[in-house]
Amino acid sequence: MGMGKTIVEKIFSLASGKDTYAGDIVIARINAAMAHDGTSLLAIEAFRDMGGRSVWDPSKVALIIDHVAPSATENFSKVHKIMREFAQTYGVNLYDAGSGICHQLMVESGLIYPGALVVGADSHTCTYGALGSFATGIGSTEMAAVFMSGKLWFKVPETLRIEVSGSPPPMVLPKDIILKIIDIVGADGATYKAIEFCGSTVKSMSIDGRLTLCNMAVEMGAKTGIIETDEKIASYISSLGIKKNLELKSDGGAEYSGKISLNVSNLEPQVACPHAVDNVRPVSEVEGVEVNQVFLGSCTNGRLEDLRVAAKILRGKIINRDVRMIVVPASRNIYLQALKEGLIEIFVKAGCIVCNPGCGPCAGAHQGILASNEVCLSTSNRNFKGRMGSVEAEIYLASPATAAATALEGKITDPRRLLKS
Amino acid sequence: MSVRIVGRVWKFGDNINTDLIIAGKYKLSITNLDELSKHAMEALIPNFAEKVKRGDLIVAGRNFGCGSSREQAPLVIKHLGIGAVIAESFARIFYRNAINIGLPAIECKETSRIADGDLLEVNLSDGYIKNLTRNEIYSIKPIPPALLEILVSGGLVNYVKKYGKLPW
Repeated sequence: MGMGKTIVEKIFSLASGKDTYAGDIVIARINAAMAHDGTSLLAIEAFRDMGGRSVWDPSKVALIIDHVAPSATENFSKVHKIMREFAQTYGVNLYDAGSGICHQLMVESGLIYPGALVVGADSHTCTYGALGSFATGIGSTEMAAVFMSGKLWFKVPETLRIEVSGSPPPMVLPKDIILKIIDIVGADGATYKAIEFCGSTVKSMSIDGRLTLCNMAVEMGAKTGIIETDEKIASYISSLGIKKNLELKSDGGAEYSGKISLNVSNLEPQVACPHAVDNVRPVSEVEGVEVNQVFLGSCTNGRLEDLRVAAKILRGKIINRDVRMIVVPASRNIYLQALKEGLIEIFVKAGCIVCNPGCGPCAGAHQGILASNEVCLSTSNRNFKGRMGSVEAEIYLASPATAAATALEGKITDPRRLLKS
Repeated sequence: MSVRIVGRVWKFGDNINTDLIIAGKYKLSITNLDELSKHAMEALIPNFAEKVKRGDLIVAGRNFGCGSSREQAPLVIKHLGIGAVIAESFARIFYRNAINIGLPAIECKETSRIADGDLLEVNLSDGYIKNLTRNEIYSIKPIPPALLEILVSGGLVNYVKKYGKLPW
């Protein structure tokens, strides 16, 4: 009998066909691959330059038009056209403008399941660990090699175990928990490692919330975030009609590179301040900062639960006249469900701008670019200088509840002030 | 590509993220590398692209290249003729991307001893950096042999052109 294994070591053992542990370099089979309109062009060019003739398994590859969708420039229209032509020629899945954000679409697509090894030409590919897969971001040239071969080399990462316990107070959301974790671990505290999120708080968290946790693992440098399988994942997977329902947990004797425990019973809403994601403060320390724009959406916080909590705060109210609030559902399915539940009507009546599913203003290319000296509070995952427009703009990151409260008041506001529940 | 690189240092700090290297707004609107490279590092050093000379080196602290998976980050650095990026540590996607496009990314724990304008000699095959300005020697973390093969071929595309197959 070998040593105990982490979830990650188990997935790499499956994918490489060898008994592997952290530190091993393996060639592994890929179960799904994704590129979007910010990364596909270079991948398609590299595929051609390397003499690619066919895609190893077109049913497992998705090209997704989400970053500037619909196109805002002629240049981008050209990129989209090249993606459509590539998809047509090689038979890979294409999700065109308006379908939603790549990471939400992948989760809804059926390509992601427990034990799958997934690569995406986007750093937030780590999101899919919430479904018990090992998913990580790679570059465009490597993606071209994956298109051709369905394989890639990996160094099996060590795992940092983060145990979260306690019931978060009302209006303290998964986003606040992950921001607090980033505050503790730091922007490079998990470089080259996998982060396994566990504990009673994670167990009782919804799939939406777990996706938020895993999404931001890369903000600590991690290769992926991952969560052991349970009945919630099993029922989510089977609701998508996927039969692949592997049970995956780390063994008792598995070796971790470190363990961190966090109790969230008394956690305050958290805010990441300019210009670093690990520059995190409790909301009480930044309340009152005036904002020009609020963004609710992104692969971090554009899901139904996020829209619901914001709508609950905004219902029957009108946002501050000096603020523009942009709301972007993460996928068409989420958009439709939000329509059904009356959430979109609440946003529109409150004075929000509701845009089509996609990345919205997060990547700084359209739908709400910041001018110099403007301040944005965003539910997305990065507040780097210049990310959403001017290098002289400031970005604060927070939860959907803090975003809605801030839009009402025109300044950063603790959502607990506005909602007694 | 030579395994011996000599150049002048442009010194940067910790956590130089991909938006600082090349902002998303440019990456998403400019596909021509000549045009895109004009904006490299501009939020940190205005007109960096005009000031930098071919063969210069970038030296930085921890977590260089953190953030997005954009391959344009190492691409613009390489396109400006930077001979190597030397950092105390790299974000993992940037590191893989750099090797895959043929830009030497070198881990050195002693980058705090190196100053802006220093002249360095990097010897990849013997695994050291010589600071010719200060007459000091620093050790570097060796690049794994399989990756070095991709790097000296000029990146993954050139590797495939050279050998007619992928490394795996």
